[in-house]
Amino acid sequence: MKQKYELRLYVAGKTPKSVTALSNLKKYCEEHMKGEYSIEVIDLLVHPQLAEGDQILAIPTLVKKVPEPVRKIIGDLSNEEKVLVGLDIRTRKVS
Amino acid sequence: MPQKPILPQDLAHLTELPKTPTGIPGLDEVTNGGLPTGRPTLICGGPGCGKTLFALEFIVKGVDIYNEPGVFIAFEEKPDELAKNVASLGFDLDKLQQEKKLKIDYIHVDKTEIEETGEYDLEGLFIRLGYAIDSIGAKRVVLDTIENLFLGLSNEGILRAELRRLFGWLKDKGVTVIITGEKGEKTLTRQGLEEYVSDCVIVLDHRIINQISTRRLRVVKYRGTLHGTNEYPFLIDEEGISVLPVTSMKLNKTVSTDTVSTGIAGLNQMLGKGGLYKGSSILISGTAGTGKTSIAASFVNAACERKERSMYFAFEESPLQIVRNMNSIGLDLKKHVDSGLLEFFASRPTLYGLEMHLVAIHKAIRKFKPKVVVLDPITNLITVGSVSDVKSMLVRLIDFLQAEQITVMFTALSLNTIVNDQTDEGVSSLVDAWVLIKDIEMNGERNRGLYVIKSRGMSHSSQIREFVINDDGLNLIDVYLGPDGVLTGSAREAQKLLEETGHVLHSHAISRKDRELIRKRKVLEARIESLRTEFESAEEELNKVYFEAEIKKDVEGQTRQKITELRRGVQPEQSLNKKSTNKNKGE
Repeated sequence: MKQKYELRLYVAGKTPKSVTALSNLKKYCEEHMKGEYSIEVIDLLVHPQLAEGDQILAIPTLVKKVPEPVRKIIGDLSNEEKVLVGLDIRTRKVS
Repeated sequence: MPQKPILPQDLAHLTELPKTPTGIPGLDEVTNGGLPTGRPTLICGGPGCGKTLFALEFIVKGVDIYNEPGVFIAFEEKPDELAKNVASLGFDLDKLQQEKKLKIDYIHVDKTEIEETGEYDLEGLFIRLGYAIDSIGAKRVVLDTIENLFLGLSNEGILRAELRRLFGWLKDKGVTVIITGEKGEKTLTRQGLEEYVSDCVIVLDHRIINQISTRRLRVVKYRGTLHGTNEYPFLIDEEGISVLPVTSMKLNKTVSTDTVSTGIAGLNQMLGKGGLYKGSSILISGTAGTGKTSIAASFVNAACERKERSMYFAFEESPLQIVRNMNSIGLDLKKHVDSGLLEFFASRPTLYGLEMHLVAIHKAIRKFKPKVVVLDPITNLITVGSVSDVKSMLVRLIDFLQAEQITVMFTALSLNTIVNDQTDEGVSSLVDAWVLIKDIEMNGERNRGLYVIKSRGMSHSSQIREFVINDDGLNLIDVYLGPDGVLTGSAREAQKLLEETGHVLHSHAISRKDRELIRKRKVLEARIESLRTEFESAEEELNKVYFEAEIKKDVEGQTRQKITELRRGVQPEQSLNKKSTNKNKGE
């Protein structure tokens, strides 16, 4: 069945940044969209050919496939605010 | 401790920097063999200067000529766009991709899609690149404007660190890399890529002078090797990029002592040794309508008759025009064009800058490999450059032609005396032979006088000849040197006529004298005849008197005897005696 949020996290091996990113992501998802998401982790060291499809440059990259529009969040996802804005869960703050 | 000098043999074991030829005509000569193998090369320049094409040609030529697969990472254009853009150059990127000789990877970075949070690195790029390289075993890699990363990602600190790591990683991979970069305001590239790529930097430039654009290339830096440091013009045409190679710095061309006919017997004779030296250059200058093109046409015609390939660069007339016009002096150039011995290369001087002309000429000559080349006229090139520019261009052209042992004829139009001297002198020091055609104005008509001003290494004629163009072609006629000076054209004809008349008159006079003599002799002979007749009649007269006297004497004697007889009545015996007495008397 289709989830409201389909997320893909691209990593390259178990680097500290990737591990941090994954744990951060899981934490935010549990907090804000419990039961509405699926996370797919792609290790580019294993499947390098997959990097092209989603135009991956930076590692780690989180790609939100659904809902549209497609967005990419790069980095270890340490800034919760930015991640949530990136995932369109929270609107960008007008400061 | 005294320092030991380094001897050449100590350095013999040192190998030179390995190089990867680009396959771009001319560039490998400028860089002394190509780009540094296994190292990155930066190509930078303003928009539209040909960076992408340059990089792509490096990859395609690498596949075509050197069988080295290549990866093209495009940050700007999509693969199908790229393929379309270069299809006109005959590069079939799709086919090369199917053959696994080429891989084009389009990397798109869109700032609006990307949110940055926290630490990251560009491992994804490395993986993609590594995957692309490994999948086809690439030896050549192009990163077409990697600077685009700076537009998409805002964390410059990470980017710079990652770029440094990227170039190091590429070096380890052993691939030869071209990185293109947009020209910055003060630096070579906007993001200072030259900081990371320190092995070889080539700057492309697209300059417009007097509304005419010229593309130039300069090797700013090339570590560990000699390279040409000048700006070299390059051309982008339907066959891609060609760079004009270095003017060789040495004057050590091989020379030939063979001669090449100019196609005009009289001119060959005037130059000495029966023509021009093979591989030499000749300048034909003259005012408008003095037949420069005709001389040039007969030069190529003669070459074609000898079954030598020749090339005619026309900057003024179209090929068809030249062919038609030369028909009128009995030169059939069309048949040579049809047989492929003669090729015309016509272009407007204003089409592109001088340097581009030079590149185009180079290319055409390299392709057609002629033995004889004509440039008609070089003075038209001055419209796109100054006299000194033209000179420097011709120096390089002559240099190149000499190296190829091609004989070249330039024609130059002298507009008026001031420019004439300038141009001719500017160019004349470069050429081996210089023929000047001058109008000689006299008695209300113009005639062409041809001078050989110089002919290096030959004892040329110092005579002025009259140059005549008629239906049969070109001819050189000795001018008439009379008591009134040099005569040409109809004055020469008139003088000739005058001489002929004189000759006729003279011979006439002589024959009249002869006749007079005959007549006189006849008269005298007649007189002699009459004298003789007179003499005969006088003689007759004299004889008559004598006879008469004799007869008279006889008759008188007889009469006297008869009278005596009658008187004395002498006997017949007596009369006989008498007779004998008479006889004695007579004795």
